[in-house]
Amino acid sequence: MSDTPNVVTGDFEAPTIKPPTADESQPSATAERRREIHDIWVAGTEEPSWVRQATDEGSQEMLIAGADQAIAVQEGTVVSDDYVVQDDSDADERQILNMGPQHPSTHGVLRLHLELEGETIRRVKPIIGYLHTGMEKTAETLTYLQGSTNVTRMDYLSSFHVELAFALAVEQLLGVEIPPRGQAIRVLLTELNRVSSHLIWLATQGMDIGAISMMLYGFRERELCVNFFEKVTGLRMNHNFIRPGGVAADLPDGWEDDVEFLLEKVPAGIVEYEELLNENPIFLDRTVGVGVITPEECKAYGVTGPTARAAGLGWDLRKVFPYSGIDQYEFDVPVGRHGDVYDRYLVRMEEMKQSLRITRQALETMPAGDYRSDDRKVTPPPRKRIDESMEALIHHFKLFTDGFKVPAGETYQAVESPRGELGVYLVADGRSRPWRLHVRAPSFNHVQALPVMLTDSLIADSVATLASIDPVLGDVDR
Amino acid sequence: MTDQDLPTTDTAAGADDPVLAELAVLFPDARFERFEPPVGPAQDVVHVAPADYLDLVTAARNAGFDTFVDLCAVDYLWRDPRFEVVVILGSMELRRRLRIRVGVGGSRPTLPTITWVFPGANFYERESFDLYGVTFDGHPDLTRILLPDDWEGHPLRKDESVGSVPVQFKEAHKAP
Repeated sequence: MSDTPNVVTGDFEAPTIKPPTADESQPSATAERRREIHDIWVAGTEEPSWVRQATDEGSQEMLIAGADQAIAVQEGTVVSDDYVVQDDSDADERQILNMGPQHPSTHGVLRLHLELEGETIRRVKPIIGYLHTGMEKTAETLTYLQGSTNVTRMDYLSSFHVELAFALAVEQLLGVEIPPRGQAIRVLLTELNRVSSHLIWLATQGMDIGAISMMLYGFRERELCVNFFEKVTGLRMNHNFIRPGGVAADLPDGWEDDVEFLLEKVPAGIVEYEELLNENPIFLDRTVGVGVITPEECKAYGVTGPTARAAGLGWDLRKVFPYSGIDQYEFDVPVGRHGDVYDRYLVRMEEMKQSLRITRQALETMPAGDYRSDDRKVTPPPRKRIDESMEALIHHFKLFTDGFKVPAGETYQAVESPRGELGVYLVADGRSRPWRLHVRAPSFNHVQALPVMLTDSLIADSVATLASIDPVLGDVDR
Repeated sequence: MTDQDLPTTDTAAGADDPVLAELAVLFPDARFERFEPPVGPAQDVVHVAPADYLDLVTAARNAGFDTFVDLCAVDYLWRDPRFEVVVILGSMELRRRLRIRVGVGGSRPTLPTITWVFPGANFYERESFDLYGVTFDGHPDLTRILLPDDWEGHPLRKDESVGSVPVQFKEAHKAP
């Protein structure tokens, strides 16, 4: 690990069309309340009242209470005078809007309970679990070799990262070293995966706030990345390519040309999108100063990745806890300042460029050698050896029936996925299946932090904010 | 799973670390370990009793571990206490992590909530409650999060079966 701090790059001075800190320049009652709500309290001091408000179940009760009142008035048991303004009639003016689980801009099956006062969101309650398939339980029934087929389906837009986190955790307990070429292939694929995932984010972010053409553009470049993945792994998604012990296969012939082609096409696309969006007044109106989260809130809620970096936290696991030899590559970590949707946009655009920079270096410095560990207890023997060696045949048979055994222990391994810190907490009991596999999903934290970003903002902004945290519901529900 | 092959960590000096020494003074009963995996960086682990759990989390936060990373439960079926809740805290300034492991047993495993220290623990505690039935005292909204509200049982417990749905094939009853 190098001692150099994370490098701040990019000029994130927002264009002067609209100051991003409009809230601070003209404090209003809403801004006051917002600040009050966004305060982080210190443990041990008196517990503030707003915490319960932000998370409790009260929203539904409030509607029922209002309905009772309305029914009573209709039945005539209560006489209400319309001309008398009641000070405590706040609840009657609020309505609950149920956004999702079937909604085009919830990025899956996320449901948001929005409590509205006019067009202002007063309370948000994310409701998740619609995509829960018990993958952590399933993981306990699969061998370590089968495990990566399971975990790759969690965060389906950045499959390589989940596979990598899982493989690294298993390798940590096994004590298996991956040869340089295997590590470089992992870096190449994960960084390209970051680009493809960010392109999906760009496409959906654009579409959610009305730039429909972004949807087409984003998918256009993403298709190039996915085609490359297909050529390498055989699958467009859910690759099951990065496995404990290395990667499943070597890169195909002519991969250099494919990567060269990507490195030519994708950056050109990114430049085009930046021209389209960076100073687009509609885009700025919809994103600057919207969905703000502060660094303190990021820490308290465990918000990581581009969302935290846009808030000004220079924190990238690739720099801080380097894995898979990523510290050999030269790249910068973009850090924003305002923590709003626009800064997240800028950070992600810069991240794509940095990832392509790493890809370029991986292309130029790809070491020769084996792409997986030669520990035959962990990785299958080459096909040729099976015909001539009894031992190889036994290894092959044992590996695919019984799987390899991982020494007892527990470990936590995190990687920097396109969404943030993706961690695998693995408990092994000395057998060939994990005793416990827990995945710390970045989207889970980000969805949890939605109330912080959305409370007291306009309902129209909820879509922009939701898109900007880039949730993958497969990751949230697992 | 017998007692011999229970997951263990390598016991090594952890208390000579200035940050952890500070915590070790406050919590003499807590057991500090440093787990050094064959590959990868060392990991600091602290075992703590349920009674000291909330205080330790608060103290760790004040000692600089101010970033919430992860919380999950583990079911060690034949061990006493049966469950273990694992909290991972991070520090961006110190660039390190601390893993807090607390055993919790009994027919109704209960721990105090740390939602008031780290609001990010909210969903994770709900998840642990949902999947393992570990309750967290003082939690603002301890309801099921991933499973439907009318679900019975806690499916990630080791004594819950994986279950299966019988598949009725179209041609099953037809004579050959």
